[in-house]
Amino acid sequence: MAKLPKPEELSKIDFTPPKTSWMDTPVTIKEGMFCHGAKQKSLEIVGFPNARDWRPLDADWKLPENWKEILLEGIADRLEKYRSFRLFMDICVRCGACADKCHFFIGTGDPKNMPVLRAELIRSVYRKEFTAAGKIFGKMAGARELTLDVLKEWWYYFFQCTECRRCSVFCPYGIDQAEITIIGRELLNELGLNIDWIAGPAAACYMKGNHLGLEPHTITSNLEYMLDDIETITGKRIKPSFNRKGAEILFVTPSGDLFADPGTYTAMGYLMLFEELGLDYTWSTYASEGGNFGFFTTNELAKRLNSKIYNEARRLGVKYIIGGECGHMWRVLNQYMDTWNGPADFLEVPKSPITGTVFENARSTKMIHIAEFTADLIKNNKLKLDPRRNDHLKVTFHDSCNTARGMGILEEPRYIINKVCNHFTEMPEDTIREKTFCCGSGSGLNASEDMDLRMKGGFPRANAVKFVRDHYGVNMLANICAIDRAALPPLMDYWVPGVKVTGVHELVANALIMKGEKERTTDLRGEPLPGIGQKEEKA
Amino acid sequence: MRVLFAFIAVLLLALAAYAGVEAVNLRFLFGVVIPYVAVVVFIAGMIYRVLKWGSAPVPFRIPTTCGQQKSLPWIKQNKLENPSGMLGVIGRMTLEVLFFRSLFRNLKTQLNEDSRLAYGEAKWLWLAGMAFHWSFLTIFARHLRFVMQQVPEPIRMIEGLDSFLQIGTPLLYMTDVVLLLAVAYLFIRRVGIPQMRYLSLANDYFPLFLIFGIGLSGVLMRYFYKTDIISVKVLAMGLVSFKPSIPEGIGVIFYIHFFLLSVLLIYFPFSKLAHLGGVFMSPTRNLANNNRMKRHINPWNYPVHVHTYAEYEDEFREKMKKAGLPVEKE
Repeated sequence: MAKLPKPEELSKIDFTPPKTSWMDTPVTIKEGMFCHGAKQKSLEIVGFPNARDWRPLDADWKLPENWKEILLEGIADRLEKYRSFRLFMDICVRCGACADKCHFFIGTGDPKNMPVLRAELIRSVYRKEFTAAGKIFGKMAGARELTLDVLKEWWYYFFQCTECRRCSVFCPYGIDQAEITIIGRELLNELGLNIDWIAGPAAACYMKGNHLGLEPHTITSNLEYMLDDIETITGKRIKPSFNRKGAEILFVTPSGDLFADPGTYTAMGYLMLFEELGLDYTWSTYASEGGNFGFFTTNELAKRLNSKIYNEARRLGVKYIIGGECGHMWRVLNQYMDTWNGPADFLEVPKSPITGTVFENARSTKMIHIAEFTADLIKNNKLKLDPRRNDHLKVTFHDSCNTARGMGILEEPRYIINKVCNHFTEMPEDTIREKTFCCGSGSGLNASEDMDLRMKGGFPRANAVKFVRDHYGVNMLANICAIDRAALPPLMDYWVPGVKVTGVHELVANALIMKGEKERTTDLRGEPLPGIGQKEEKA
Repeated sequence: MRVLFAFIAVLLLALAAYAGVEAVNLRFLFGVVIPYVAVVVFIAGMIYRVLKWGSAPVPFRIPTTCGQQKSLPWIKQNKLENPSGMLGVIGRMTLEVLFFRSLFRNLKTQLNEDSRLAYGEAKWLWLAGMAFHWSFLTIFARHLRFVMQQVPEPIRMIEGLDSFLQIGTPLLYMTDVVLLLAVAYLFIRRVGIPQMRYLSLANDYFPLFLIFGIGLSGVLMRYFYKTDIISVKVLAMGLVSFKPSIPEGIGVIFYIHFFLLSVLLIYFPFSKLAHLGGVFMSPTRNLANNNRMKRHINPWNYPVHVHTYAEYEDEFREKMKKAGLPVEKE
């Protein structure tokens, strides 16, 4: 693997376009900018086509003989199925408003990372094969042949897009590069051109219920470690239940929260909160994944993976579902789940057993976001909180792409943070909320072999964090996304050393005063709590 | 190269009209036949376009949310940027279609010397876009006087407003100037910014030249090479009443103007200009973000193969029992 250049080098970005026109500039696949090809095994498990081991740097991608035919049929099929696709192929005026909105363009300067041009990669072929003007006028009408080079270009650049939708916020027609990337990746999938960082977790999720491939006993033992830590910190032993029939609520969170810190601290936060409420809920080892890497392969696999959530809710006989902190998970839950696998008529409209609040906004899907649930608790004064326990943290909040632009859960986490922390600062306004920047590693690109790409893509986000670190001493980057919790720590270490990453419910649990807890001396990370001595002085 | 191609194409079109009328006296062709064809192609083409888009279903409700969702009653929803109902969607679409809301958000991202990214206002594109489209609409409306026996009051009002500066004879219409300036800006922006030049196709330049040509020929006709306006009206009235005739005294400049317009109409449905219809149909804008409240139906949703709990338990039963997890089958 290529060595990652130093930040000073990586931030020297050349925005000069190549001398040759983009159609005449063949793709160069660069080390550090792509992920390994999907393994045969991963594709076979979910029954994906052209399963074989292959390497992106090899000249021969081991494609089926009729690969071109397959792709063109694939495009025709999706033009029939998706109005979005058909429309987005036709109506772009190339005004360029999207160009400098993409974190990958900002971070690489590569013109093919301008969303408009990334879309043109596929539009040019669409024109050639599906429009009269393209057939007659060819290149002059922006049309070109589908060749092996073009295919490789698709592959390279559709895996340099994190489906974050920032471009679509600025597009006067709402053209959404995420939609084009999603379909582009579906087409590539028909030739077995997946990346293993996506195909592997998707296969694991299909067989074992979660991306990390945690088997049932591993899930329980991972939680045991957390419970030990919670006992050390609070003196309370929590006994959560798994796969329990008759529980009122099924709780589903991304498996990343069960696996590595800082996600595990967030999971400890959930455990402590639910314990304190005496919530009648259960975890599931079968539906042990909120996220959905299938979403980064095909619509069909996304649906297959997602089906486990409703199926498990039905089997266990719960009343409704609460979902943990995760980005693309909530894009899927908010915009796809009910359509794919609903109607969830065997569930009830979510109603908080603590406050009695009925979540009308989840009337049909019957699944609520934990930030909605917790914000409601705090608003109704149901939690005893001591925000001073987070006084050692100067917090800022990173809106995840999907929860911001595919849902709009902006105020809930901010409300919670402001109630559990005393020091909260926003990043510059053009980098948050609907204009938030991706972590650079979303949509399944958070592998280790594409660190160059990730650091470049995460540059705008890191740059905004650096601003609040330098000006306001921010040392903690809060978020509601498991990919963020995995991807932002290396990004911070690289660009903004000294800033750590946390889930919102870790902050909640730090501040949460639990019944019968011992006096806490550390936060969930085992770091000493601020002002412990002073507290006694006051008394 | 792409610029030149588009420029020459428009130039040749203008010359074709000039030669056709002056040299070969094809006034009926350029004054009647081609305009009729153009209108038919435009209408049929746009209908075809919209029906074609409409024939593809919207399998998922995928609005791009640009504000706070509707959730708890005490959290203020942004009903325009993240609508949860029909009214909000209508509001959002109105802002989008009439005022280019999304483009108004435009920012300029700049990388400073010290590796700091800065975001600045960038409203020029929005302004030029608004100026261009609204001028175009106004000019279109003003032209309706040519196809109506009695010029209706609203059109007189538009003319009055458009010429209220009271400059010159005939009175200068502001939109004439604004349209040409806006098109010129859009062109200069396209060739001046390296990224824009890089991504632009010949079919981005062609409509700019074409519309500039239409505007310019119109301006020349109104203010400089005057043509017999009464005869033009006779021609126009003849066309709309399906009794076409070619009156005497119409200068060649009119035929150039009219022909370029015809070309625009023919080109329109088969090009990016069809965004006129498409903007209304974009699923990221014209849908409410109420997925969790109301189920959206995908007409081609089909059953898929899933890994069931029973299969899962079969594989892991022993491990589950050892870990103290409940199982369905012992």
